[in-house]
Amino acid sequence: MSEIISKLEMKKITKKFPGVLACNNIDIYLKSGEILALLGENGAGKTTLMNVLFGLYQPEHGKIFINDKQVIINSPSTAFKYGIGMVHQHFMLVPNLTVVENVALGLIGKRIFKLDLNKVRKRIEEVSKEYGLSVNPNAYIWQLSVGEQQRVELIKVLCLGANLLILDEPTAALTPQETDELIVLLKQMAEKGRSIIFISHKLNEVKAVSNRVCVLRNGSLVYEGKTQKHSVATLAEKMAGREIYMPTLKEKSQANSPILEIKNVFAKGNMGTMALDGLSLTVSKGEIVGIAGVSGNGQKELADVINGISHIERGKILLNSKNIANLAPQQIINKGIGYIPEDRMHEGTIPSFSVKENIIMKDYNKKPLSKKMFLQNSIIEKYSQKLISNFDIKCPDNKTMCASLSGGNVQKVILARELSRKPKMLIAAYPIRGLDLGAAEYVHEQLLEARSENVGILLISEELDELLDICDRIAVIYEGKILEILDRDIATKTKLGLLMAGIKNEKKAI
Amino acid sequence: MILDFIIGIISAGIPLAAPLLLAGLGEMFNQRAGVFNLGVEGIMLMGAFVGFLVVLTVGSPILGLLAAIAVGALMGLLMAVVTVKFKAQQGISGIGLFMLGWGLSGTLFRVYIGGITSITGIKPFSFPLLGKIPIIGEIFFQNNILVYIAFLLVPISWYVLNKTAWGLKVRAVGTNPQAADTLGIKVERIRFQCIILGSMMAGLAGAYLSIAQTHIFADNITAGRGFIAVALVYFGRWKPAGIMWGTLLFSLAHALQRSIQVYGINFPYEIAVIIPYLLVIVVLALSYKSQLLGPVALGKPFIRGSRE
Amino acid sequence: MKKKLYSEAIYRLLIIVIAVFSALFVGAILLLIAKTNPLTAYYVMFTEPLSGKFGLTEILVRAAPLMLVGLGIAISFRSGIINIGGEGQILIGAIFGTFIALTFPDLPPYILLPLVFIASFIGGAIWGGIAGWMKAYLSVNEILSTIMLNYIAFQVYMFLIRGPMIDPKEVAYGTGVPQTALLSKNAWLTRIIPASRLHAGIIVAVVLAILVYIFLWKTTIGYKLRAAGAEAKAAKYIGVNVKNYLVLAMLLSGGFAGMAGAIEVCGVHHRALESISAGYGFSGIVVALFGGLHPLGIIPASAVFGLLIVGADMMQRSVTVPASIILAIQGLIILAIVSSQIFFSNIGLKEKIMIKLKLMKSGDKDDT
Repeated sequence: MSEIISKLEMKKITKKFPGVLACNNIDIYLKSGEILALLGENGAGKTTLMNVLFGLYQPEHGKIFINDKQVIINSPSTAFKYGIGMVHQHFMLVPNLTVVENVALGLIGKRIFKLDLNKVRKRIEEVSKEYGLSVNPNAYIWQLSVGEQQRVELIKVLCLGANLLILDEPTAALTPQETDELIVLLKQMAEKGRSIIFISHKLNEVKAVSNRVCVLRNGSLVYEGKTQKHSVATLAEKMAGREIYMPTLKEKSQANSPILEIKNVFAKGNMGTMALDGLSLTVSKGEIVGIAGVSGNGQKELADVINGISHIERGKILLNSKNIANLAPQQIINKGIGYIPEDRMHEGTIPSFSVKENIIMKDYNKKPLSKKMFLQNSIIEKYSQKLISNFDIKCPDNKTMCASLSGGNVQKVILARELSRKPKMLIAAYPIRGLDLGAAEYVHEQLLEARSENVGILLISEELDELLDICDRIAVIYEGKILEILDRDIATKTKLGLLMAGIKNEKKAI
Repeated sequence: MILDFIIGIISAGIPLAAPLLLAGLGEMFNQRAGVFNLGVEGIMLMGAFVGFLVVLTVGSPILGLLAAIAVGALMGLLMAVVTVKFKAQQGISGIGLFMLGWGLSGTLFRVYIGGITSITGIKPFSFPLLGKIPIIGEIFFQNNILVYIAFLLVPISWYVLNKTAWGLKVRAVGTNPQAADTLGIKVERIRFQCIILGSMMAGLAGAYLSIAQTHIFADNITAGRGFIAVALVYFGRWKPAGIMWGTLLFSLAHALQRSIQVYGINFPYEIAVIIPYLLVIVVLALSYKSQLLGPVALGKPFIRGSRE
Repeated sequence: MKKKLYSEAIYRLLIIVIAVFSALFVGAILLLIAKTNPLTAYYVMFTEPLSGKFGLTEILVRAAPLMLVGLGIAISFRSGIINIGGEGQILIGAIFGTFIALTFPDLPPYILLPLVFIASFIGGAIWGGIAGWMKAYLSVNEILSTIMLNYIAFQVYMFLIRGPMIDPKEVAYGTGVPQTALLSKNAWLTRIIPASRLHAGIIVAVVLAILVYIFLWKTTIGYKLRAAGAEAKAAKYIGVNVKNYLVLAMLLSGGFAGMAGAIEVCGVHHRALESISAGYGFSGIVVALFGGLHPLGIIPASAVFGLLIVGADMMQRSVTVPASIILAIQGLIILAIVSSQIFFSNIGLKEKIMIKLKLMKSGDKDDT
């Protein structure tokens, strides 16, 4: 076990990436037993700063002190040596190894031959007993749920002797209830003298868990102070640097004529099991229906079958009362369904194609953009310029590769393409994931404007705030079925959270 | 007569499996660490040439084998620099390495040797007593030493991969290099080690062909065996035992094809020669589902900070 | 903006030059090992072909098949499939074309030649298509399958020119050289420079290169092919049948290699013989990569490698180093080119170097 970290200081940390100053002269400190929240939008520099502390990146300037002694952390193994452990946003587990083997990877260091898994197993059992984190050490990672995998991550860093834990967006894939459990656990750890850095952009969690908060914006530290002194709203303002009004729905939808009807649909997922298990749902014109749920409950398959990317086994999908189930994607596109895919870099756009080529992705084979197989370059040129200025896409020119644009601008390319085709129905999967608040605001404004133009919208998201902001109704998906649909006026986070965990009879419980 | 025919095929087939096995196990280490090394064919050619040249000039088969292993390591180092340091596309890099090995071995052969010469090299030997057992002795106890080494490497490779700390690192690096990186494992170093180890085994496999099997060197002596070894890694699902069964299947088919010619069965020579290559394609087509089980990071360069 | 493009171009050129020089440097060491003075060897290789009509025409004679194979490979790489089977596709194309030419010797050239080329295209396309189909529908690694198909094609080709299609004269005289009968003059490509082997095939190749450029970048099918290769997931969503486009890419790729076979048969040898391909299948990969997988880059690239190959032959004669060294040098060039890609894809590295070379000021950011 390494020495207890009673004080950690990062002084004047600067880290540059091509074209970006990710961390600019940042000072932070942390004492043992303290939970520090690192708050900031995407791209504010939180993860970069922590990767510096964890030894994955070397800063251009700046020093790190542990217990008043300067240390140089140039690799994760050095970080472990000093008792620093990190749980990454994307779990760093090897799926085809067991829990024991995953933990052992961190413990073997430079060893070549000796591999004593029993010793590791014992260590895991000790740690899981101490913190009440139960896990089967012999299970393969791929057999575990997301929540369990996170437990393995925590056990892993604890087994490696971490006194200081860095958690990068740890609640991203958890249900509200799992999140609450995690917060309790973190507080317990802090009481035992460990210190924790909690990276998040979710203000409520930061409020609930942390003693102190550091707010980063555009790579600089803009605020540092006690968490309890501030409300969620003031923290949001500090984070965005201005007052942000995420657009919300004002009046209830009047429209009642259904545009998309999904009736008792069954479809297989990647693993060959029924990912959609008798799902039914209706979206009306001029209405936004949200799909809430823990990821992996059929959201991806739902978006895929509506867009014709995968097939359904049984059931009906009606657009304007006409069955579109199992048509080819192109036919479905032509019938007026727009799609903002979850994977915007690989499904929504072709990264190595230019902005221009991405804008015409759905119309390249239609007049006037092409005539008899030949692309009409001058018309394409004008059309793409128009969309770039209408949707305020920031790019040097229309020949720039999409891969070199920021996430927000890639999403604008997709929005421009989809909305300018005047769809009757729009499927939006996690449209603001990973975007900064400004870009998210823009996306929501566009969705609301489409709604006012009578487009039916299906919004798939994990962020309950997003759903509560702009949906007329919120449907909760659980194990391939819609468990319940709540109107916006009665939907609350608690209700949705219980439903997301598959608990339906909450009325009795409350 | 039939029995003799079968024994003949088996006892001819087992030594034919050795080079495929050596190269295949080497390629397995490459691929388990996430690197697709198609240069095996070129490395084998260089190993075959250098090994042969050393035996021809110095006379010592051991030195010949060591030289082949050394030249394999050198070519592996080149492959590692290109694919790991420069993160180049692995498939095409392998083809480049193949052309290098092919062209260079052919050139040096013409410069240093000139024509077909034969060497004594490594000869099979008969185990005392055991070698005299009928049938079993003929099949199992009358081979050259490298055959035993090759087959012994099957359990050793399994043990190294599954029961040692290094093996655990290799498996992690080939599946989720990012995770391995965050645990302080030097991803690039492990990949370097695996490529060089695999290439040394390929060099040895090449030397087997010239020193122990044919006792000559000729341009393009490997005739695609390096590529076949790569295919057999898929067929064997990245497991040493699986690869061994694959090489046996191949070498028996090869021996059968030779016997057909020897026994003068009327069959165009060219068509018989095609059989192993056809078999590779069939084997690849049949093992396509197993690719889902392969090292997930196979073929992808490791770049710190990227999520894929 | 213009200045940026200019310094960008200089950077690009610089990296490629460095890559090629490092390949030649390692090649020089190999030449030393092969008991040859690398300076004289390179001098002969690069200058001798340029010093006379014979060398200059020969360069173009080699460039024609290289260009066709390179075009095919560019199509396949752009479509996300790595075709290493040029060698086999050339042979099958050559034998298909030869068969047509021998079967209809009396057809007038303007009918016979197109027929021969179409047949060769079909032959190569079948050979490439097999690998494409297996890639698309059975997930068979195309590199391995195309290599295996090379070996198979060679044996099939040898079987045919040694057996059923052998020149009757070879049988009659008992010499038994494996080659087919001489084609009728109707199937010969016109020699465009007298007293040289330079034939009209080079014109055919250049025209096809321009057509491929138009096809890939100016038509909807080309758009779909490139989309399928660049991002299969997105392509699938917009209605591109990715599997079929993989097969199409391999059909075209194989077809172009097949036509290279026809060019050699009709333009150079006027029959099918054992060494018809001379390694063009592999050299075509180098040409395609060197030409940036772009048809308009492949035109000059094929001339460069035509030069190298002719130069290597001359080197063999005057410096007595075997011409097979050129294969090793081409392998080195492949390794150098694929290694150099990191200097374009790693933007941080690129900026650092450009700043050092004063092609860019450190304050300049990418405006994205």
